[in-house]
Amino acid sequence: MEKVIHYLRSLFLLELWKGMSVTGRYLFKRKFTLNYPEQKAPVSPRFRGLHAQRRYPNGEERCIACKLCEAVCPANAITIEAEPRADGSRRTTRYDIDLFKCIFCGFCEESCPVDAIVETRVYEYCFEDFEKAEDAHIMTKEKLLAMGDRYEAQIAADRAVQAKYR
Amino acid sequence: METILSIYQMLPVWLQILVKIVLILAPLMLLVAYYTYAERKVIGYMQVRLGPNRVGPKGWLQPIADAVKLMFKEILIPTGADRTLFLIAPLLTLGPALAAWAVFPFDAGVVLADINAGLLYLMALTGIGVYGVILAGWASNSKYALLGAIRSAAQVVSYEIAMGFALVGVLVAAGSLNLGQIVAAQSGGFFHWFWLPLLPLFVIYYISGVAETNRAPFDVAEGESEIVAGFHVDYSGMAFAVFFLGEYANMILVSALTSLMFLGGWLSPFEGTSLQAWFDWMPGFGWLLLKTFIFMFFYLWLRATFPRYRYDQIMRLGWKVFIPITIVWIVVVGAMQVYDIGWWFDQGGS
Repeated sequence: MEKVIHYLRSLFLLELWKGMSVTGRYLFKRKFTLNYPEQKAPVSPRFRGLHAQRRYPNGEERCIACKLCEAVCPANAITIEAEPRADGSRRTTRYDIDLFKCIFCGFCEESCPVDAIVETRVYEYCFEDFEKAEDAHIMTKEKLLAMGDRYEAQIAADRAVQAKYR
Repeated sequence: METILSIYQMLPVWLQILVKIVLILAPLMLLVAYYTYAERKVIGYMQVRLGPNRVGPKGWLQPIADAVKLMFKEILIPTGADRTLFLIAPLLTLGPALAAWAVFPFDAGVVLADINAGLLYLMALTGIGVYGVILAGWASNSKYALLGAIRSAAQVVSYEIAMGFALVGVLVAAGSLNLGQIVAAQSGGFFHWFWLPLLPLFVIYYISGVAETNRAPFDVAEGESEIVAGFHVDYSGMAFAVFFLGEYANMILVSALTSLMFLGGWLSPFEGTSLQAWFDWMPGFGWLLLKTFIFMFFYLWLRATFPRYRYDQIMRLGWKVFIPITIVWIVVVGAMQVYDIGWWFDQGGS
């Protein structure tokens, strides 16, 4: 008897119809595709994208060359050289982040005592023209500060939202 | 309209036939192009994504972009390949798929060649179709292509038997090999079509058709996981495109034939009921197209649903399940026909 039922089930393609009803239902489900350049996924204030260096409101750069970020960086992506400036304050002469090494863990940002190095929400970037500039993947101090100047409003807002959790 | 018709009648016969061929093939090619688009869209939707939507509004120009891309690509011929066979093979898959439409009736009397052996002609052409695949695999001089071709050959030959037997059932029920008369024998409304008395044959014919066109879940001929793309690994550009034209033209052909032989072709499903009055505006061709679209959609639905069959299971299904069932059902149909069982064979509900 069991055999007869088995044969009937397979002859009427019951299992197959079940499978097809699943895909048939999914045909009408809401689609999750994001039309990327036009629509973008929401980004958290904690997002760890491209790096930036911040300045104080008076225009002075925040970084004091304590090298905590260099020390904590698990990928050894940060290289810092520092000298006292003419006014006696300690500043970096060189601050490079190698984006090929960086794993975007955010430890540099965590370790920074003056909130100088931060990671922004920017995740749409690419390195072009390696013929012209072989170090296109290196975020130099100039590039970092430029990023900071450009996105300061966003960076400050994100830090403010996150302040109570830090 | 009048002038066009009079100009048409002034043409020599061979030109008239040429015009008819173009009238059949041009829409068919367009349908093939948009069938590929529909496939990507439908499968995409079943996988909860959107499918192509970049080229043109909603991606409508995608097949045209694909065609243009393929046309401008280089046709590579492997050094070890047999050049002539290599280039003939794609044409051999496309040719029969297109030639089969010659005997296909689109409406009562609307047919290019109204021959009495229509069904035989169709079976012969589907049989030739497999040569393209085998030659492609052989001429490529590559082990993957050859493996794909061998798989395809064995599979198509096995399923052709089941398909042939299913058609024998249709032949017994209709009493004619002429496709137009097969449809005429089904007149009398939804429950007079052959799908009901020939239900097992109907299912087997369609599934064999899927296997015959090497489509999922029977597409071991191009099983990407083990033999890359099977018989057409070494093809590129337009030669590759011709294979695909042939494959999709074949899919449309199988869908159209299924609706012709089991779902009453151009006949309205409401024939003989009071509902018919509401659907009088629908031309017979419209019904045929609608039925064909249903089966074309099933092709995509099957592909989106089922994983690929294991090769020995394909063979088992073909030889040990389909062929016995068809043979038994041919006997049943014969008995029904001889002893006048059921209402379905009363032609035209007389």
